[in-house]
Amino acid sequence: MNDLSQGLAEAIYRVATLDPELVNITLRSLQVTVTAVVIASAIALPLGAWLAVTRFWARRYVIAVLNALMGLPPVVVGLIVYVMLSRSGPFGVLGLLFTPTAMIIAQVIIVTPLIASIAHQALRDLWSEYHDLLISLNTTKRQRIATLLWDGRRALLTACLAGFGRAIGEVGAIMIVGGNIDNATRVLTTAIALETGKGNFSLALGLGFVLITLAIILNLAIHSLSRTERSNLW
Amino acid sequence: MKRRGVQLIGPINLDLEADGLTIVLGPNGSGKTSLLRLMHGLERPATGTVNWAMPDSNARMHQAYVFQTPTMMRRSVTDCIAYALTVMGAKRADARRGAQDYAKRVGLGHVLDRPAGVLSGGEKQKLALARALIRQPQILFLDEPCANLDGRATREIETILSEVRAQGTRIVMATHDLGQARRLADDVLFMLSGVVHEQSAAGQFFATPQTATAKAFLGGQIVE
Ligand SMILES: Nc1ncnc2c1ncn2[C@@H]1O[C@H](COP(=O)(O)OP(=O)(O)OP(=O)(O)O)[C@@H](O)[C@H]1O
Ligand SMILES: [Mg+2]
Repeated sequence: MNDLSQGLAEAIYRVATLDPELVNITLRSLQVTVTAVVIASAIALPLGAWLAVTRFWARRYVIAVLNALMGLPPVVVGLIVYVMLSRSGPFGVLGLLFTPTAMIIAQVIIVTPLIASIAHQALRDLWSEYHDLLISLNTTKRQRIATLLWDGRRALLTACLAGFGRAIGEVGAIMIVGGNIDNATRVLTTAIALETGKGNFSLALGLGFVLITLAIILNLAIHSLSRTERSNLW
Repeated sequence: MKRRGVQLIGPINLDLEADGLTIVLGPNGSGKTSLLRLMHGLERPATGTVNWAMPDSNARMHQAYVFQTPTMMRRSVTDCIAYALTVMGAKRADARRGAQDYAKRVGLGHVLDRPAGVLSGGEKQKLALARALIRQPQILFLDEPCANLDGRATREIETILSEVRAQGTRIVMATHDLGQARRLADDVLFMLSGVVHEQSAAGQFFATPQTATAKAFLGGQIVE
């Protein structure tokens, strides 16, 4: 108990004084996850919009696959990326294993299906509303996709934030492909796992505080976004 | 036209002249909307074709359609109207300027920057009309464009429609307002249970309807 309260006090002290190690790890976490979410969104949002406006025979299967990929266990993704990037794997020559790039690749694979699936659901509803008008106005498919992406931007931002939430809290995959190397690939979640294992509760708790704070900020953002979305005006 | 194997409207064999204003009349569910959508190419006929005397293979480019329940995009009134121009390749600034002109013309000058979604039912219909007019279509389809409008707005819209027709736009319009039909129509299509029951020049239709049902409809009686 004493251990715990002392750890707690130290953790608060570390957060309050912006402990360099803590800041360093937090920034790396944000850098990896933000990059991954930006790349994933660039793939997933147009994909979601395209699936919403296009009718073709395999559409249902593509959506089913997307939903299945959403439930992919991150550890397995980590394993696959590891095999691909390892010295003997197909992309071994690139030397990416145990770098932040490898972690970004893994996170992109994990969150792209999630973002695409949420985006598709939101845009499908918007499309059913816009369908007649956009057909009547003789729009091209590109214009339809662009219009949906723009007019659905709030719902899409929510989708991206959901992806961010999933990516920033993920441990399994980035532990495997990043290796949790100090000052190189150590991020919030992997550091917490490590410090807890070492019995260094104060740093682990401090990191935990930061992670929880990020999660709360994220949820507030999603909440306020979906509230304005519900009024359906913009 | 069929949906889920059910014959909704037709068989219809119809020729329209190149200019003038056609009013489509008929009780609820008689197929007015379906007929307009079919002509605009929003629905495909189960058999047969819809042909336009236009060189362009893409007839919809020169047509505009005002829906019975207009779609409001998640944009401001100005941007909502301007959208109809920007998708045709107009510059955004030009489109916005044009949109404001047309918005003022239909009486939306005071709500230019409001989100389109908050407009009243009547204002939404005016917006839809402005969005159709701004494309300067050769053919304009209107599905009960004045259903939610007050008397004054209705008159204003009718004036605009007359102007547009005078400039050579072909108008096909469904309405329930017999007074409006009398005021505007060059010729009338009377629909009943999915078929064109009667097609005749306006004067003749209102003075001496050919069929008993049309007579009853004009007399305000219930027709099935
Ligand atoms: N997609 C569809 N699937 C099934 N039934 C349909 C479909 N579209 C129209 N209908 C039916 O076709 C009939 C004609 O509908 P339509 O909308 O053309 O009537 P309308 O003359 O415009 O009526 P109103 O005056 O109420 O606008 C109606 O009975 C309607 O229920
Ligand atoms: Mg109708």
